[in-house]
Amino acid sequence: MLLEMDSITKSYGLVTANRNVSFNLRKGEVHALIGENGAGKTTLMRILYGMESPTSGHIKINGQPVVFHDPTDAIKHKIGMVHQHFMLFPAFSIAENIVIGREPKKSMMFDRKKAIEETISISEKYNMPVDPKKKVADCSLGMQQRVEILKVLHQGAEIIILDEPTGVLTPLEVKELLASIKSLAAQGKSFIIISHKLSEIMEVSDRITVLRDGVVTGTVNAGETNEEQLSRMMVGRELVKLERSTLETGKPVIDVSGVSIKGNKAKPLLDRISFQVREGEIVGVAGISGNGQSELLQAISGLMAIDEGTIVIQDQNVTGASVKQIRDSGLAHIPEDRYLWGVSKEATVSDNGIMGHLASTSKRGILNRKAIRTLVSEWVDRFAIKTGSLNTKAQYLSGGNLQKLIVAREIAQQSPFLIAAEPTRGVDVGAMEIIHGELLKRREERAAILLVSSELTEIMKLADRILVMYEGKIVGELDAATATEEQISLLMAGGKAVG
Amino acid sequence: MDQLFDVSLFAAALRMVAPILLAALGGAICARVGLFNVGLEGMILVGAFSAILGNYLTGSITMAVLFSVVCTLVFSLLFAYMSINLQANVIVVGIALNFLATGLTTFSLRAIFDVKGAYYDKDMKGLPKLDIPVLKDIPWLGDVLSGQSILVYAAIIIVIVLQIYLYKTVAGFRLLAAGENPIAARSLGLHVKKTQYVAVLICGALCGLAGAQLSLGNVTMFTEGMTNGRGFIALVATMLGQSNPIGVAGASLLFGFMEALSYRLQNFSIPSNITAMLPFVVTIIAMIFFKNSGYKDEAKKSSGSSR
Repeated sequence: MLLEMDSITKSYGLVTANRNVSFNLRKGEVHALIGENGAGKTTLMRILYGMESPTSGHIKINGQPVVFHDPTDAIKHKIGMVHQHFMLFPAFSIAENIVIGREPKKSMMFDRKKAIEETISISEKYNMPVDPKKKVADCSLGMQQRVEILKVLHQGAEIIILDEPTGVLTPLEVKELLASIKSLAAQGKSFIIISHKLSEIMEVSDRITVLRDGVVTGTVNAGETNEEQLSRMMVGRELVKLERSTLETGKPVIDVSGVSIKGNKAKPLLDRISFQVREGEIVGVAGISGNGQSELLQAISGLMAIDEGTIVIQDQNVTGASVKQIRDSGLAHIPEDRYLWGVSKEATVSDNGIMGHLASTSKRGILNRKAIRTLVSEWVDRFAIKTGSLNTKAQYLSGGNLQKLIVAREIAQQSPFLIAAEPTRGVDVGAMEIIHGELLKRREERAAILLVSSELTEIMKLADRILVMYEGKIVGELDAATATEEQISLLMAGGKAVG
Repeated sequence: MDQLFDVSLFAAALRMVAPILLAALGGAICARVGLFNVGLEGMILVGAFSAILGNYLTGSITMAVLFSVVCTLVFSLLFAYMSINLQANVIVVGIALNFLATGLTTFSLRAIFDVKGAYYDKDMKGLPKLDIPVLKDIPWLGDVLSGQSILVYAAIIIVIVLQIYLYKTVAGFRLLAAGENPIAARSLGLHVKKTQYVAVLICGALCGLAGAQLSLGNVTMFTEGMTNGRGFIALVATMLGQSNPIGVAGASLLFGFMEALSYRLQNFSIPSNITAMLPFVVTIIAMIFFKNSGYKDEAKKSSGSSR
């Protein structure tokens, strides 16, 4: 056995993040570690990488007990970690990023020529091409991921930990990454992958260990399980099949017509976009990220000025109106980037919760703390948000729990029109079930919902109609009941609609 | 016009550049590790005072400069401890240090020398002027470059040394890395705090030299608040030069020249209050024209590091 983690327990005061967790890894194996947000996956890996020390338990590498005090110790034992949020230096070149920490030198001087040579040789060896002189800031996220993996390989890692590696990648980049992982594993590297995405896990891993509430609920061979069984092990119960009733749609709540944003590139960011969303209808916008979805959302919510076209919400022309005016006309918005648009990381859970709810939680400019507590703790219960208290700073919540808080807050607006952008990005299956349920409930309540997601399965599950965006245009409109995944994928890639 | 732009103007400019340049280089290295050092002004002031004090106590000019460097190092340790260990807001710490320096030097001036406002001793020797062989015989250029105080030449050499350090050595590369993304640097096992300390101490030493040049190079005296905004001009030079030694040198030259020009213009029956504004007016104009995302990012980073 290459790596053994034996009965690891980690407690933070009264909270136990890992209880008696045992985990092992064979050479050349891809071992997935899955579980809901806060199940203790990341804690376990931070222990392995020397960033935390376990309260009790042992780690053995090749049968030898080891103790890591900091990441340097882990790196010495050939363990490398690719973090969920990349640990790169944007202003430096790819080569500099790859060699940092073990730079080639001539006496005290940094031998940049040699660094470039080393980068080229390692990228050829593992068949992951990069341009060594390119600045990381100018690289796509997929390329940055590749740089991270090459960096870890350059450090001489034999065990590579990938924390949520596909969260930010486009479907094509995901495919490339999974292929790289398989080929590296075939060359004898061993992988531990933390993920929520069961389909990817099933495709790439050999064994899967499931954690729930800090305890291992089982380790299974990928060939002998299926997604339903894994979900059950993660959540600890059967997932409810979502019920979708057929609804008569009402009058249009939002009417977007001929909206264009020119931008400063040759191609417009948005090109004459027109669509409506009616009462009791979910319209899904599919597309590979970066094809104008973000701009469309920002245009509708008033965050970005449009050059042409009109936007009408609830019979009110809100073209060029301020964000506040648009919100007042009946918009609630679950933004796509929760850290950028969704929350203030420094503020507490309850302060983040009442953003947009000030009217109902204050009287003559004075906040009613009691009303706020009641309101926010109701959401915490209903969405099972894991937080220390209502006064915990938002930055200490895991991504999924933060997302639930935002969804709860925006749904509580009870607005006639709701934008849900990537509503389940980075959240686990249990939370996804809750969020999807709430969105469908809003649909039952006759709200109009615009759902933008890079997860095709999510759109196919929830939407009534599907719009496909490609290079700033709507290139197809499909009825969700009859559309197939192949049809949509083809449109997303810029192909022509068939059938 | 010939009278205005004569040789001695450029020689004076070089003399005035030195303190600004030395401090700006210190500011640049701090900015590179994510600590935006507003305390340059105070550090120079401490340097200027302790140079005079060192000279008074030891009578040796070498010891005086050394004493000034040591005192400023100790003073900059305060900045380092508060901003790195205590994670205080760097801007607040910098401002606090500026006030502390003003108070400390004014108080010490009275306590030690028993004078108010300024201390001057006609027997005190200033920094020696170096005549550079060969160079001094070249017409014009020789008159400008030769015969400057030793710290002027030191400043020029330090620019080159820092440029090589930052962009050619491994240690410099890691220093840049620690400032660029401290979390990533830590995840690689680089010692971010240690690096930040080193940077602040380098800055302290450079400000000590800047102060010595101010009180022993240009004149041989100390007056209360004699830095007169030079630390802030140095700060602007840091930003204008994008925290890159060569760039900082260019920006400092501009400001030094403006300062020299402002003194010169006083001979042309322009009120001195107006001419004294020149360096600051140029600073503001420079800020408008050289607005660049580069140091906006720098500022963002430093505010981030002061969490």
